[in-house]
Amino acid sequence: MTTRAVAVGGSVDTRATRALAGLLGLGGILILWRLIAGLGATTALNDGYPLGLWIAFDVVTGTAIACGGYAVAILVYILNKGRYHPLVRPALLTSALGYSLAGFSVVIDIGRWWNVWKVPVYFWHWNFNSALLEVALCIMAYVVVLWIELSPAFFERWQDSAILPLRRVSRWALPVLAKASIFIIALGLLLPTMHQSSLGTLMLLAGPRLHALWNTPLLPLLFLISCVSMGYAGVVFESALSSRAFGRKPETGMLASLAGAIVPLQVVWVVLRLGDLVWRGRLGLFVAGDGRAVMATLEFVLFLAPVVMLASPARRRDLGHLFRAAMVMIAAGALYRFDTYLVGFVPGAHWAYFPSVPELMITVGLVAGEVLAYIVIVRMFPILAGRQAVR
Amino acid sequence: MGISRRAALKGMLVAGAASAGVKPARAAVVPAPPADAVGLLYDTTLCIGCKACVVACRDANGLATDYGVATNTLYQAPVDLSPRAKTVIKLYAAADGMTRSYVKAQCMHCIDPACATACMLGSLQKREFGIVSYEPDLCVGCRYCEIGCPFGVPKFEWASAAPRIVKCELCRHRLAEGKEPACTEVCPRHAVIFGKRSDLLKEAKRRIAESPGRYIPKVYGETEGGGTQVLYLSHVPFEKLGLPELGDTPAPQLARSLQHGIYKGFVAPLALYGVLGVVMWRNRSAEAARANGEPR
Repeated sequence: MTTRAVAVGGSVDTRATRALAGLLGLGGILILWRLIAGLGATTALNDGYPLGLWIAFDVVTGTAIACGGYAVAILVYILNKGRYHPLVRPALLTSALGYSLAGFSVVIDIGRWWNVWKVPVYFWHWNFNSALLEVALCIMAYVVVLWIELSPAFFERWQDSAILPLRRVSRWALPVLAKASIFIIALGLLLPTMHQSSLGTLMLLAGPRLHALWNTPLLPLLFLISCVSMGYAGVVFESALSSRAFGRKPETGMLASLAGAIVPLQVVWVVLRLGDLVWRGRLGLFVAGDGRAVMATLEFVLFLAPVVMLASPARRRDLGHLFRAAMVMIAAGALYRFDTYLVGFVPGAHWAYFPSVPELMITVGLVAGEVLAYIVIVRMFPILAGRQAVR
Repeated sequence: MGISRRAALKGMLVAGAASAGVKPARAAVVPAPPADAVGLLYDTTLCIGCKACVVACRDANGLATDYGVATNTLYQAPVDLSPRAKTVIKLYAAADGMTRSYVKAQCMHCIDPACATACMLGSLQKREFGIVSYEPDLCVGCRYCEIGCPFGVPKFEWASAAPRIVKCELCRHRLAEGKEPACTEVCPRHAVIFGKRSDLLKEAKRRIAESPGRYIPKVYGETEGGGTQVLYLSHVPFEKLGLPELGDTPAPQLARSLQHGIYKGFVAPLALYGVLGVVMWRNRSAEAARANGEPR
């Protein structure tokens, strides 16, 4: 029905992978330091800004960029655009890696990480008032679902493995997964809908300490809409870079026609956000012209820029142009998330936060690890569509 | 088929729109305090700023000494609530230098606490006497309580590799021994007193009625943020003392009604799951039919 995915092959020991491994190693050492010395010694976090880079970037922004699997699955399985199928596996891989990174970051970020297993296990203690509980359980479940969704790629390789148990398991798992796929994929659509919106609900609890420019019950909807564009942009990013890195034909046609579905979402977001500010009589806050007003204005610029950039179908077919528009799309959603979690959070004038070097380097190390894992997996397992694309 | 596809997308949008609270799920409900609610009443006109309460609190709770800003200055007292100071006395001085007031800070023991709403496993929750208490075994150290609290009360032991959340628990270990909280026990002017919340509220209103003009005619905490078990009487505007202007609606009400609106009985997620499954199943059958060469 569609192109078959094949392993890219080639060596995984290159200059690039060594550099990535080096960054990952440095991050690993800093993580050890953080676990031994505590958060105060290694981060710039404080009682005014108890959530920082790891939550705002690794988790809130990172999982949104990792919504590629979600965005593409909506298209392929719900809108039944089967021709986009070659995009599914690479998108799922980036999603699985991105969500795993987010989950790992949370464990580093929380102070009493050895208690984290209690969150899914102690169901009789669950506080259903807590938006964070919903986010935590959903993200944990989604990481598992993503790797299950992706697992056929591993089993397809291992079904011819020389190791007997691996071969047996693979040959048993593949048909089972094929039969169960609808239930798994549906779960893979439900869970992001739930937690990506709840990531918006989360900051509503700050109440009066969340600045009026961001404080709206529309937060969950705005977070949900923007995660789809960010997920799509993540797919463009991944596709453009991997086609260049591995010398493959990029899926420009598919990405270009996908852009047609994503651009309206950007517009919907702007209309909702602006309409909400008008409705609540908060436009006056822009006149203040302070740092927060500038940041909120910048959000609108960044959300609208890709709409203009991708207005003409001809330009959509230029991969470089598409790539730049996708970068702006990611920047837009990322800024909105940083604004809601950090810029718009007003704990009091005497508090300040800017991530420390170890905080930054741990994030850099984890992202390097994510890219490294991507390279190794696509080289060894059938993720990317074969060269002889039959379309 | 197009219809069911639309239904699935609509389902996802409705989930989002419901979350958007276009129609607020419920009207604000101001909760009643627990029947056994106890609390503090602090009166700015009586406090002389001696900080005996700060020291007594530190000793009663086994906290390390907090030297405040820096150890090489003459001032050696905690300047704000911290992991080593569950209560502090602060001084407000107006620009004219004439109007001054001390103010005691500690947990307000909200009737509907945002920190407890935030807490995933209920580590922070209202337990006996309505005291917002902390159970470290159920805490993962996520610090979401610090985001929620409108008073900025919960503090985190940043310096520790095994950190806990630190906040006033109204000396619940002393109450269990039949004693009163350390801060009220030592206060030489009875500027802060301990009692049942209902009695304290009556006493506060009695003082206002007895000496008109002495106080801002309001008991802070009677209704603020849905009401708190710690009450304040003041001769200067409350917001000058770091007590924020909160409506009568409990601070966590909006976030909670949104969360409940979406996930009530888990119906919406289950329904969405079902619709998604059906749409995919139909899509797949249609595709299989096409693959078998049947007309569409």
